[in-house]
Amino acid sequence: MDKLWMYLQLPLVQRALIVSVLIAFCSALLGVTLVLKRYSYIGDGLSHVAFGAMSVAAVVGLTNEMLLVLPVTIICAILLLRTGQNAKLKGDALIAMISVGALAFGYLLMNLFSTSSNLSGDVCTTLFGSTSILTLSVTEVWLCVVLSILVFIGFILLYNKIFCVTFDEQFSRAIGMKVELYHFLIAVMIAVIIVLAMNLVGSLLISALVIFPALSSMRIFKSFRSVTVFAALLSLICTLAGIVIALMYSTPVGSTIVTVDVVGFLICFLIGKTKGGVRA
Amino acid sequence: MAFLTIEKLVLGYESKAILPPLSFQVQRGDYLCIVGENGSGKTTLIRTVLHLQPPISGQIIMGDGLKADEIGYLPQQTLVQRDFPASVTEVVLSGCQGRAGFRPFYLKDEKEKAYHAMERMHITDLGKRCYRELSGGQQQRVLLARALCASGKLLLMDEPVSGLDPKVTCEMYDLIEELHGQGLTVIMISHDIAAALRYASHILHIGTTVHFGTKNEYMNSDIGSNFLKEVGYDG
Repeated sequence: MDKLWMYLQLPLVQRALIVSVLIAFCSALLGVTLVLKRYSYIGDGLSHVAFGAMSVAAVVGLTNEMLLVLPVTIICAILLLRTGQNAKLKGDALIAMISVGALAFGYLLMNLFSTSSNLSGDVCTTLFGSTSILTLSVTEVWLCVVLSILVFIGFILLYNKIFCVTFDEQFSRAIGMKVELYHFLIAVMIAVIIVLAMNLVGSLLISALVIFPALSSMRIFKSFRSVTVFAALLSLICTLAGIVIALMYSTPVGSTIVTVDVVGFLICFLIGKTKGGVRA
Repeated sequence: MAFLTIEKLVLGYESKAILPPLSFQVQRGDYLCIVGENGSGKTTLIRTVLHLQPPISGQIIMGDGLKADEIGYLPQQTLVQRDFPASVTEVVLSGCQGRAGFRPFYLKDEKEKAYHAMERMHITDLGKRCYRELSGGQQQRVLLARALCASGKLLLMDEPVSGLDPKVTCEMYDLIEELHGQGLTVIMISHDIAAALRYASHILHIGTTVHFGTKNEYMNSDIGSNFLKEVGYDG
């Protein structure tokens, strides 16, 4: 306990906590929509794209990686989400293609051009997040705070539209909603969250952050609103617990958080089984 | 001026027409059933009227005070909805989105409208229930209530009774007839020719040949009587 208390006094740890709480919250909000739209894997694909972009940024020597990573990821998110209806390449195949391609490309670039002496360490950090969440600069924290608050506000304002578009796209089009626009906005928000979350759990584990809270929540709750709210809260709790455990036992932050998410899912699954779900 | 005027409308995908040009009119208060074999293009017609897909040529004209976004649409159920966590109230309310524009929240009178629509569908007691746990008939009522929120003038229904058992099918038809009696204009795709002839005022038959007319005209036409014989209707 003393050890934990001591850690909590450190500004680095405080920053990490603020950032992770915000990211966990936002990713779970959007996760519900993604799972329901059958896009669970998009988080994975996008994070690999972000990884590729990050490698390019590192090789080119950009001081602020975000300038490249964020736009590239947003563009890919838009491309992936809009191919739903009439594309020759179906969504899942496209995601798989982009995700593996970007991953390979990123690693190749890092291998060829990296100046770092500890290449595999760098790659491992990007893929699994390791402890980079604890080395955030003040600027990064602010960027993260501002972006996640923007995503949160965006989600609240679009909540009813997102519900309508996700529940029944055909109907939404028929009553004259601008479905494309909302898909576009959802894609942008997802891309932003993915890029932010890479710091927290790394690019391989991001899907977990997006889908586990949503899936857990759907075991227990039965309305869109309650599912969304509970997913966000559960994600927040799991992430905090994960970080605390990681600090106390010096385990890698990303994988610890995901493990806690898995445990959370199992608990929700059991509750859902025994109670047959709560009416809400 | 008719509610809906279809003029020389050619339907199809990628400039390949699937039907001869269609022309027909729907007046306020009509009950039009669209019949025809599977794959004849009934759903394509509805999708084109709703501007969900572009026509190859021809015109869709709304008149008599009907605006393009004032059509209540009851689609065939999609896969996503089957495991979607949503309460009945949430689903019905979402029908009001059409007029909401960029306004993020629902107004009080929209909530009242949704409640009223649920009353008309006799589902107010289901309000807090989860949509996916309802029976097929109840789900259709919920979607119909949502369509009523979108429009109080014209309902477009794609196979509203498919997959329902006979008793529920009957109730569903009665409910639609009730709405029609309250002044709604109804356009319905139907496999059920007996019901179509029982309730509809007009019939549009599409297939290799196309026929549009009142119910009696249809029953006396060659195409109508042949089709009725084919499906074994002896009403």
